[in-house]
Amino acid sequence: MKIDRRCFLSLVIGGAVGTTLTPVPWKLTDDIAIWSQNWPWTPVPEDGPSKFVKSVCTQCPGGCGITVRTIGDRAIKIEGQPDHPVNNGSLCPRAISATQHLYGPSRIQGPMKRAGERGQGKWEKISWDEAIKTVTEKLAELRTRGKPHTVACISDTDGNGSSYLMDRFLQAYGSPNFIRTPSSADAQELALYLSCGRQGTIGYDFRKADFILSFGCALMDGCDTAGQVMSAFGEQDKKTRLVQIEARLSDTAAKAAQWVPAKPGSETALALGLGHVIVRDGLYNKAFIDNHGFAFEDWQDDAGNTHPGYRSLVQDHSPDKVAKATGLSEKVIESLARSFARAHRPVAVSGLGSAAPDSLDQALAVFALNALAGNFQKPGGVFLIDEPDYLSWTEMKIDKTASAGNQHPRVDGAGSEKFAHTRYLPNRLPEAINSAKGDSPVQALLVAGGNPLYTLADPRAAQKAFEKIPFIVSFSTFIDETAEQADLLLPHPHFLESYQDVPTPRGMAHTVVSLARPVVKPQYDTRHMADVVIQIAKNLGGFIENAFPWKNYEDFLRKSLSDQWKTLEKKGFWSDSRSRDTSLDKIFRTSSQRFEFFPMSKFAAMNGNGNKKAGVEKIELPGNIDKLPLVLVPYTSMRISDGAVANTPFMTKTLDANVVLENDVFVEINPKTASEYGLSQGDKATVKTQAGRAEVRVNLFEGIMPGLVAMPAGLGRTGFSDYIAGKGANVYSLIAPAADPASGLNAAWGARAAIAKA
Amino acid sequence: MSTQSDNQTAAAGNRSSGWVVFVFFMIGLVASIISGWVAFPKLLYSTKQQPIDFNHQVHLEQMGGQCNACHFFREDGSFSGSPTLEECKSCHMYPMTGNENEQKFIDEYVNQDKEVPWLIYAEQPPCVFFSHAAHVRGADMQCATCHGDIKNSTSLREYQENRLTGYSRDIWGKSMLRLGEPDHGGRRQKMNDCAECHLKETGSKGNCFQCHK
Repeated sequence: MKIDRRCFLSLVIGGAVGTTLTPVPWKLTDDIAIWSQNWPWTPVPEDGPSKFVKSVCTQCPGGCGITVRTIGDRAIKIEGQPDHPVNNGSLCPRAISATQHLYGPSRIQGPMKRAGERGQGKWEKISWDEAIKTVTEKLAELRTRGKPHTVACISDTDGNGSSYLMDRFLQAYGSPNFIRTPSSADAQELALYLSCGRQGTIGYDFRKADFILSFGCALMDGCDTAGQVMSAFGEQDKKTRLVQIEARLSDTAAKAAQWVPAKPGSETALALGLGHVIVRDGLYNKAFIDNHGFAFEDWQDDAGNTHPGYRSLVQDHSPDKVAKATGLSEKVIESLARSFARAHRPVAVSGLGSAAPDSLDQALAVFALNALAGNFQKPGGVFLIDEPDYLSWTEMKIDKTASAGNQHPRVDGAGSEKFAHTRYLPNRLPEAINSAKGDSPVQALLVAGGNPLYTLADPRAAQKAFEKIPFIVSFSTFIDETAEQADLLLPHPHFLESYQDVPTPRGMAHTVVSLARPVVKPQYDTRHMADVVIQIAKNLGGFIENAFPWKNYEDFLRKSLSDQWKTLEKKGFWSDSRSRDTSLDKIFRTSSQRFEFFPMSKFAAMNGNGNKKAGVEKIELPGNIDKLPLVLVPYTSMRISDGAVANTPFMTKTLDANVVLENDVFVEINPKTASEYGLSQGDKATVKTQAGRAEVRVNLFEGIMPGLVAMPAGLGRTGFSDYIAGKGANVYSLIAPAADPASGLNAAWGARAAIAKA
Repeated sequence: MSTQSDNQTAAAGNRSSGWVVFVFFMIGLVASIISGWVAFPKLLYSTKQQPIDFNHQVHLEQMGGQCNACHFFREDGSFSGSPTLEECKSCHMYPMTGNENEQKFIDEYVNQDKEVPWLIYAEQPPCVFFSHAAHVRGADMQCATCHGDIKNSTSLREYQENRLTGYSRDIWGKSMLRLGEPDHGGRRQKMNDCAECHLKETGSKGNCFQCHK
């Protein structure tokens, strides 16, 4: 017997054949599949009993109630709170995916100080004691040098408890410079104050209105009001008619009964044109105007000078002129005016959730339509909601240094003679710093919410200004664009880890106060910014310490909310629609005690401004029309966060391939305009404006007016994490601010632009 | 000088003969079949003992004969699975009998405040969503249908753990060929077993996302 290679091969073949007749290959294949599904780095939800915690999402001003399912100390899923009066269970993708930010890599894990150059991203871990000591010493030093007014605080809100505490701290310390970041609320609040004499927000009873005339509001596109509007539209009967005036077929326009594509920037003219038709045809509410209106007809001031009233003002806005300005037909304008005036419960809305700010005149002109309909303080109409007053205060005393500091003019120019009624002018801050001779007028900046280096118009100018500020503290939860440029990071906990009172969201027609609460234990070494400020106040001592008799923010909330705290703890919110004032006699608190069509206060302010002509301001976009023949407009999307905090990775995943592809953002262009520039679908192109340039791709879209380039707001982040940064470009960096002469607020609704194939 | 036929003869003389080749083939075949059927299962599974030998029968007598006295549904409808230390402690804070397993439980777990690392025979991978509520409450099924007659057992079976996946052998079934009933009297619990039962009971195997969410 001879054993050779053939025997060996036979043995192997026999073995192979035999193996196929055993369970080995089949069982192993199955087991390997299961083994690969259970690799230890694959995330697996915790197992255990679920708990449901009622809270509120604070990622945008929308104030939607949420229910968070937790297992152990892990937040598993966020859903809309079904009985919450704001959103009734509706929720946007940003709120749903908030756990990605909670557990994601963008978090700042503890207090840190800058180790390298600003913006280099080199940080050194420090203790909270050291961090608070650093801020205290800096503030004490500025105060000793008699310069408390050179401290400024930027916040994204002035309505909740922690922003009140920040503001109170500045007052006790001696600085008038509490600045709220810009939003489409600015012009609305000012319009409400000037025409009705009330500080607060305009509430719209969307659920009961039968005709909603929206001047470019991102009702179903934006983050600001999404939950509220989605729930209202889900409930309303089919008879409610939504008319969307917008140059672009947004989701809101697509869901509206009628889409009216007017040229952007012509909304004021259109509102006045509608007013023209309503006044001309006598379709306005005479009883309301006779009893509660002021300056509908020409009026005389105390000095005996005659001023034009609303009737004279709209005289100039005949349908033929407005047709030219807006690009709409006269017939559309006439019929729109009539259907609005003849509706039983119409509301005219502007500035809710829009990416571009309104001018004061646009806000006033649109608001005046509601007065023509006389639909104030009644179901389906407009309600005047006062600014929050649920927190009770103790009086505080301030020392001489603080008093002297507080008397300095604000660094942003708000409240000055020129802009007497404007409370905050954040977009003027960079210019004020950049144009100052010598030292920066801001020596220390506390960024307590908001992300100005991303959201301010023309962030490059803001960046330049920030470079001149010697000491910047960021309280940001995430390593955002502003935190990247700070000297000291004092991370605030995520909203699922901390208490936060949330006042009535904009647009709500009655008071709703909600409480965000700790759903899970803090993941990192973070502290509530209000706790930090209370600690700094205590360290500074004297009158400043006395102004803060609370242990911490929670103690402050408990004491100052007293009985309401229990309701908030139990229900998560408290709402009050019954005590609304339905009598019109006392609701207008202007000097005339009436609704002012052409506010006297505005007139006085404009006079002080050296502008004798009482007319309507049109906001012209700067730039050479020959070199920059197109107009760039920003738009908001439910799937892109355009505020201080960036998208979650999940939200970016939901974007269509003609919005973002890999790292490129698409701009929308009408095919007609695109062909003039030789652009086809998907082409890479460069968009240029006065403020900057961006590399983009082209998306041909029939739903946008020719001559426009539309770009989503909220992309082009540099901060946060690798999952979020580097996608697309920041549209705000392409739009320089354009000051509204009447208010000083930024009213740049777009920017002149050019586009060329790259 | 040799002829061509001489060369052939010489070559044939150097090769192993056909039957030798066949014998080797058979050796390979038989050896692999034996190792595949006998050695492989022994290699694939390691045998483990439960940390405590638990007597279901005794406990059921004490707890009113109801499985859900310990394996209950939570308020939200989710299933609690094996009792936690907290639940066991509500009776066994101190020894109630002279049983050595009880003493071991108290010494090693209650006194050290440690959860018992029970080995779970029916554990499914995390990518599988299974609702006890849908089966027990919704379809009115008995625990024993899938888990076997555990309630009458006086001792816990040995636990065979798949070395590759970490799951119990019960899922695949004792028989490598997946034939016959598993010896614990319940059901095998691979995906096809679920589908088969669903097809029989509901007329449809169901959709992927019902279990893989």
